[in-house]
Amino acid sequence: MLIKHSCDVAAADITPRGVYLRRRDFMAGAAGLALAAVAPIHAHAAPLAAAKSPLSTTDEPLTPRKDIISYNNFYEFGTDKDDPAKNAHTLTTKPWTVKIDGLVGKPAAYNLEDLVDTAALEERVYRMRCVEGWSMVIPWVGLPLAAILKKAEPQGSAKYVAFETLVRPAEMPGQKGFGQPLPWPYVEGLRMDEAMHPLTIMAVGLYGETLLNQNGAPFRLVVPWKYGFKSIKSVVRISLIETQPPTTWSKSNPREYGFYSNVNPAVDHPRWSQATERRIGESGLFVKRRPTLPFNGYGDQVAGLYAGLDLKANY
Amino acid sequence: MARPPPTLARHLLGSDPLRRAIYIVGLMPAVWTFYLGLMDQLGADPQNVLERTLGLWALRFLILTLAITPLRRLGGPNWIRYRRTLGLLGFYYAALHLTVYLVLDQGLDGAAIWADIVKRPYITVGMLAVTILVPLAVTSNNASIRRLGGAAWAQLHRLVYVAIAAAALHFVMLAKVWAVEPLCYAAIVAALLAYRLAVYLRPRHQKRRATEAVAPARSAR
Repeated sequence: MLIKHSCDVAAADITPRGVYLRRRDFMAGAAGLALAAVAPIHAHAAPLAAAKSPLSTTDEPLTPRKDIISYNNFYEFGTDKDDPAKNAHTLTTKPWTVKIDGLVGKPAAYNLEDLVDTAALEERVYRMRCVEGWSMVIPWVGLPLAAILKKAEPQGSAKYVAFETLVRPAEMPGQKGFGQPLPWPYVEGLRMDEAMHPLTIMAVGLYGETLLNQNGAPFRLVVPWKYGFKSIKSVVRISLIETQPPTTWSKSNPREYGFYSNVNPAVDHPRWSQATERRIGESGLFVKRRPTLPFNGYGDQVAGLYAGLDLKANY
Repeated sequence: MARPPPTLARHLLGSDPLRRAIYIVGLMPAVWTFYLGLMDQLGADPQNVLERTLGLWALRFLILTLAITPLRRLGGPNWIRYRRTLGLLGFYYAALHLTVYLVLDQGLDGAAIWADIVKRPYITVGMLAVTILVPLAVTSNNASIRRLGGAAWAQLHRLVYVAIAAAALHFVMLAKVWAVEPLCYAAIVAALLAYRLAVYLRPRHQKRRATEAVAPARSAR
């Protein structure tokens, strides 16, 4: 508690208002990240310019950066919360290509820079609710997934979007050896309308800097009204398809994790109560649980997507 | 030697200097972790770290109590006089673990706690473990052994096998995946319980030696 918020730099202080990312800036950022991989002890994020988004959550204090970059679930680097921060420096994120395939007019392996170029980078402050009953408020930097999908020209028959994380055991220690926790690659999926929703972004940074590897560098999904595991990290493939894709956690334990996984305090999880959550970085040892909101508080924007759908059956 | 009048410290820590030392050293992880928590040195989710650390030490001390008899019978030193100390430390840690869950984590919200107990199997199993430990801790003294009689007391205290199995299961179940660390603890517990089963299934003439394990505990003071 004594040193709480010592790293809590307001995003406004490091993100000049109205500055839009140009291709050059992102390239410079990515180069910085590549250098960081050479000096693995302190991975450095590079500054990233982004405009503030009106879609940001504004009424809650940000989770300190030190907590966001040290408390992660990224099983490709180990199952403990501090494993990703310890192990993820080995990942090289430059060059990075993303294969977009399936029901699109322009299937290709795209350079990340070309995808990030499709729209101006924005700072989006979102709540992030983990299925384990904790939450953060994170100032992401990213762009709408819709802009990226449009670049590949989705066909009318595309009903779902499937995502895949990198498989590279040489650089992802959780993917090699005995007793691996999950089948790789980690896969996730969204319905097309969820993917095209303005709140759904692909993030390339947070707190005004490029993503650190433990946060899913260089390119990750952020869907703020769903449990955190839906927001797949280090994405290398995006496929537009006609049928609902399998997702890693629902394959691993279908009783506990469904395809939708919308944040829902009314749907009980066999392992954790979803009625309340603990806000990370708040009040230290004596943090009190706060009520969890339907759709993580984004119901006004997204509840309409699920009109007529039984959210208890489709958890 | 005349016995000094019982004091609270004597009541809690006993009179044997080594036992006292085990209590004091044994409680250090709790004190240290709590101190780190107060100093905000337990990372992003300090409550969870405190809760888990206390639970893990409870399991470790319970495992030590189960290791004492096999250690002696397999030719190792006889630490039977410290088994009660270790068992009580296990109970104290389990009680602290439960207290952190009830007070800090759940804020004494009775409805939420009850929902957890009935709906979440790993919490049901954890509650079972700590509930079983209560009568064992209460009767972990020479007066109780005398009152119950050695055989009945030993019978009662065999419940620790159920408690420790439940504790290990609780640890395995709370992970989202088959995690290595809880499985290692579960394997150790399984081996120690299998040892008891092997002794139990052994022919009668050999069994007498196995039951001797209880006798020193009865006379320990």
